Amino acid sequence: MESMTGAKALMTAMEKEGVKQVFGLPGGANLPMYDEFARCDIRHILVRHEQSAAHMADGFGRVSRKPGVCFATSGPGATNILTGIATAQADSAPMIAVTGQVPVAMIGRDAFQESDIIGMANPVVKYAFQPRTAAEVPEAVKKGFFIAETGRPGPVLLDIPKDVQTNKAEMIFPDEFKIQGYHPWADPDIANVEKAIDMLLHSEKPIILAGGGTIISSAFAELQAIAEALMLPVVTTFKGKGSFPENHPLSLGPIGMHGHAEANKMMAEADCVLAIGTRFSDRSVGTFEAFEKRLKIIHMDVDPAEIGKNQTAQIAVVGDVRASLRIMVKLLLQRAIKKTDETPWIKHVKETKAYWKENLKLHPGEMGAAKILRKLRELLPKESVVTTEVGQHQMWASLFYDVIQPGTFFSSTGLGTMGWGFPAAIGAKVAKPDVPVVDIAGDGSFSMTENSLATAVLEDIPVIVFLLNNSTLGMVAQWQRTFYDRRMNGVDQGHCPDYVKLAESYGAQGIRAQSMDELDRAIKTALSSDVATVIDIPIDPEEDVLPFVAPGTSLSDMILPS
Amino acid sequence: MWAILSILVENKPGILFKVTHLFRSRNFNIDSISVGVTENPEYSKMTITTYGDEKQVEQIVKQLDKMIDTVKVEHLDEHKTVYRELSLFKIKLSNANDSMEINKLANAYGGKVHDVKKDSIMVELTATPDQIQAFEELAKPFGIIDVARTGVAALQRSGA
Repeated sequence: MESMTGAKALMTAMEKEGVKQVFGLPGGANLPMYDEFARCDIRHILVRHEQSAAHMADGFGRVSRKPGVCFATSGPGATNILTGIATAQADSAPMIAVTGQVPVAMIGRDAFQESDIIGMANPVVKYAFQPRTAAEVPEAVKKGFFIAETGRPGPVLLDIPKDVQTNKAEMIFPDEFKIQGYHPWADPDIANVEKAIDMLLHSEKPIILAGGGTIISSAFAELQAIAEALMLPVVTTFKGKGSFPENHPLSLGPIGMHGHAEANKMMAEADCVLAIGTRFSDRSVGTFEAFEKRLKIIHMDVDPAEIGKNQTAQIAVVGDVRASLRIMVKLLLQRAIKKTDETPWIKHVKETKAYWKENLKLHPGEMGAAKILRKLRELLPKESVVTTEVGQHQMWASLFYDVIQPGTFFSSTGLGTMGWGFPAAIGAKVAKPDVPVVDIAGDGSFSMTENSLATAVLEDIPVIVFLLNNSTLGMVAQWQRTFYDRRMNGVDQGHCPDYVKLAESYGAQGIRAQSMDELDRAIKTALSSDVATVIDIPIDPEEDVLPFVAPGTSLSDMILPS
Repeated sequence: MWAILSILVENKPGILFKVTHLFRSRNFNIDSISVGVTENPEYSKMTITTYGDEKQVEQIVKQLDKMIDTVKVEHLDEHKTVYRELSLFKIKLSNANDSMEINKLANAYGGKVHDVKKDSIMVELTATPDQIQAFEELAKPFGIIDVARTGVAALQRSGA
């Protein structure tokens, strides 16, 4: 047993958890913790706004599957980090957020830079700890990491009062602990998996809907084995995009509000769905009632509370979806089920897919979104990691950027947080420094966290911002054009910065690409550079994302390009 | 349907807030709530009654169960459960007969009379919410000055 301060114990406990770096910003209430960075091997990556620290930790966590760690001081530092925490919660990303707090005796007295961050964060964290003595710190860290990364992952908050950081105690770093009310794992029910196989075999138009849980549990090989053995077309939610190679003949891409036409068409025609690791978001399935009325649903999810929350399942399999799919693969092998002949359904699926690949009307200009994103796809190595901001560019990425290597595409899909993609890309690059990391961005979203360029340059984290610049809040503008009779309010960004100069002013590289040749050169230059690069690509502000399923309608009611 | 939920939670500050907040954030409603420490001081037991269809109640139970501070969540079968609520009624006395009438009424419902004054009387009643409701209806004509109710406490019968 060793006597040390709470701050030192925090760093020691994090090192034991394998933390190599954190993202954060210092302030009065977390200074004792910051003082420890000088005495430990954990790298501190300085941000310019705490929200970005959380997004960086989020990006790191999604790519590495280990919790990313972010630091903020008390009061405004803590409230700034909340959006990032809520984003991680909405997308089940593992994260540890460490906030400083005023000394225990000052809590509740409206002290300078005091905020009840535990109270504020409670609805958007998986769990929150506020150790009241230094001796409680090691166990809180141990439990925090365990909760953040197990079961359905999520963000955990550690709010540490300043005197808890400075006080000394005899520290015990527990290897084992008990959390009575936490049961992150359930063994999948084999009988239900068996029933699921039978239901799929007895359906005429079965389909797989793979959600974000498929990516979280890395169930890629199992998903592909099942799709191929049962000859099932695969659609994904947007969060599940890239859980199945999008160049595979059975892949139809994402469904939903901005899903692929062929995916929405086939989902609307299917009679049975194997839904894997999805909460059936309204953005994915449209109206809940219309969706479940016409479909038999098999629902696999690690979170029992997801079963029946949005959709009623005929068969439910609770447990890690990779474990559940492995059981299914095993049973398929045992029963020697391997379809080789094309069913009428698969033939129809392939014809529909081919039709839409051929006939979806695209922007006629040289710099239309589809052409731009297909160029990016063509030039990016398949193992590259892509993040997106939130807006039109995000949905164009859904439509036109095919993910070939599963688990390399990440977006803020649940909370839809503008400004997420760039700092998340920085976190992703820290997790995977050897692959190119690209943030597909729009100017509105990038504007929210563009100051993370300072972090990318200072900390030598060369990510690429692929900026589709229409000088407008494009998605809102599209809704105003479509649903508000073109009454355009609050969407014209007016005088935007020159993003090339902006990048250069931060010490990053800026390249403008106004033709496909320039774009080709810009991407190649960015890929071979060792400095963060912003590729500014001016596009038509009037270009819409289509197809589009209007809110409150069903997947069969797509608005198509005219 | 009316549902009685029995929730064993860790006896730590802030848990009541978390549980009640879950109801608000998930768009559920709390009909009544009572909380007390158990025989083991590490745990408290909450009894929450709520309304919802079968699917909603199932979802409430799942969401409560998912909370890390909840140790055990049970949807109790009303017919196999003893459930009671404590209520206090302050009732107006307008004439000499009223006191006697209210006494009779309280006796009929197993209530106790407290604090008899010239112009008011207090009745303590431990009963099911339905019985308390029925008593309230009968007491209304006298004039109810004030009511305080604790919310339901419930335990499943042995062997149920």
